[in-house]
Amino acid sequence: MTDSTATPPTDAELRRGIGVSPGTAYGPVVQVAPAVTAPANEAPTTDPEAALVDVKAAFDSVAADLEGRARHADDTAQQILKATALIAKDKGLHKAAGKHLTAGKGKANAISAAIEDYAAQFEALGGYFAERVTDLRDVGSRAIAAVLGVPAPGVPHFDVPSVIVAEDLAPAETATLDRALVAGIITQAGGRTSHTAILAAQMGIPAVVQCPDATQIAPGTRVAVDGDSGEVTLNPTGAYVDGLRERREKRAAALTATSGPGRTKDGHHVALLANIGGIKDAEEAGPQDLEGVGLFRTEFVFLSSDKAPTVEEQTEIYTKVFAPFGDRRVVVRTLDAGADKPLAFADLGPEENPALGRRGLRLSAERPDLLDAQLEALENARKATGADVRVMAPMVATAEEAAWFARRVRENGLPKAGVMIEVPGAALRAEHVLGDCDFGSLGTNDLAQYTMAADRMQGELSDLLDPWQPAVLDVIKAACDGAAKAGKPMGVCGEAGGDPLLALVLTGLGVGSLSMAPSKVSMVRFALSLHSLADCQGLAARALAAPTAAEAAAAVKEAAHEELSVLI
Amino acid sequence: MAQRTVSIASSVGLHARPAAIFVEQASQSGLDVEIGRPGEDAVDATSILGVMALGAKHGEEVVLTAEGEGAEEVLDGLVELLSRDLDAE
Repeated sequence: MTDSTATPPTDAELRRGIGVSPGTAYGPVVQVAPAVTAPANEAPTTDPEAALVDVKAAFDSVAADLEGRARHADDTAQQILKATALIAKDKGLHKAAGKHLTAGKGKANAISAAIEDYAAQFEALGGYFAERVTDLRDVGSRAIAAVLGVPAPGVPHFDVPSVIVAEDLAPAETATLDRALVAGIITQAGGRTSHTAILAAQMGIPAVVQCPDATQIAPGTRVAVDGDSGEVTLNPTGAYVDGLRERREKRAAALTATSGPGRTKDGHHVALLANIGGIKDAEEAGPQDLEGVGLFRTEFVFLSSDKAPTVEEQTEIYTKVFAPFGDRRVVVRTLDAGADKPLAFADLGPEENPALGRRGLRLSAERPDLLDAQLEALENARKATGADVRVMAPMVATAEEAAWFARRVRENGLPKAGVMIEVPGAALRAEHVLGDCDFGSLGTNDLAQYTMAADRMQGELSDLLDPWQPAVLDVIKAACDGAAKAGKPMGVCGEAGGDPLLALVLTGLGVGSLSMAPSKVSMVRFALSLHSLADCQGLAARALAAPTAAEAAAAVKEAAHEELSVLI
Repeated sequence: MAQRTVSIASSVGLHARPAAIFVEQASQSGLDVEIGRPGEDAVDATSILGVMALGAKHGEEVVLTAEGEGAEEVLDGLVELLSRDLDAE
């Protein structure tokens, strides 16, 4: 049986992608239908009245479908679905479509033109209204699918555990997936740090991105997904599936074999923490076996609002986030917005290059009122809950910026200030950047993006964004060495911390805490328990000596404890 | 024809959620109800896209009109609705 896991049988078909959320899955494929557009060569309308009857019927079926889904959704989703159904039923929209039919446009093109009439009006209004254009176009795409008689875009209804396959998943689509029914996720596009990857890991669903021709796999095809190696096997043999199951069981046994704080074999403590992005994440992570939160992303507090949230509103939210952790550590990242995710109330205008623009702490420097309100609310919530709250700033590049931030944090009564190390410049000068701070935290996703000059949203550049890239490891080492000289602790809160082999390397480089999706914690705990600190240092030296990312990963895997390497 | 003038209480104006609640109530009346800025062309109050495209902001005045039996009561109900901060609820 072990042979079959090494070489998939010949009648099976192997596709190699990038594993982004660990674990294995097996099940039938459910294809997520892509957005539908009106065909350019559609025949013109000759009988506008009859055509309008069809178009209205299409809109009605879209409304009925959305209303049906609303009945099974939670409160937030329900309101969105109901409002979207109202758009489909809108008489003004039907009238506009009728006008385009009379002008001779085909049914699908008339729908598209009517939608675009309104989209243009909404875009002109800007702000919140412009954001609703997505909902409007979604209604249009669904109505066009209905008149053309093709599947509606999005995730179709299914009721047996399945593997979801898509070109890429929108964050909203990923968030609304039913965890109990989604065995695995495969996308053709996407990257190592795309939102699909992060959300899948958060939900503990095995996932592979960048899988070649994934959208061409026939619905219902049985596939095996290996979220560690990135292998997707179509029509696997029973033996191969048994092999995967065996590995899953071994893995499950290993994951329950250790518990408590992260420790190497010789007792060196490495704190294992959770990355969270909201109240629900906090409530789920709170009861789990971890030492707290290493990265609380606060953007959701701001992005959902048209005006700056008040101190009272923020205090209430932060209190709910801190409460599940008792007196454990919660590391909070202050607002990390920029031109790519603009805030209605702090929009500095479009930028050519948002990733290199006025984002993170640079935005806070322009709008210190926003930062002060956030810090005041964090201090209120800290007092209310007794949590060990530590605050850090994103996108810090210099020692002056770090000192400015640390002063503001302390002026608001908060005891601990730190900085994210995600700009290579700050990593190289960590000793001085951390001078006035209490800790540093490596954001490996952005650190890789800036070190390798590769946009993290570009799935095609995934190889460059691999945290195993020797240059990225060099920059991490420089940051750890600088922190050691300054006598300040350095942690990791990027996805790299959740890779059990990389976690060993990072520990060897001097990292004292690892923050990750909670589903990854037990595997990392198990990996640490098998190796001494000296082992980790040896593995780090191997990784740094390798000329390429692939060789670094292979060298570490080869030298790691066998009980770990058989599981990944 | 019944007519009322009211200022929008919703803190973020008449956008998706408040607009949806308003349109639902206007539709339930079964009457021809219109909404617009004073002195400007009015739009069909049962069209969510029309109401949203109006882009009425917090504190802005709008004129409601309705024709038919029970128009006064229908408008009273809608005025009451627009006078509440629907976003805060």
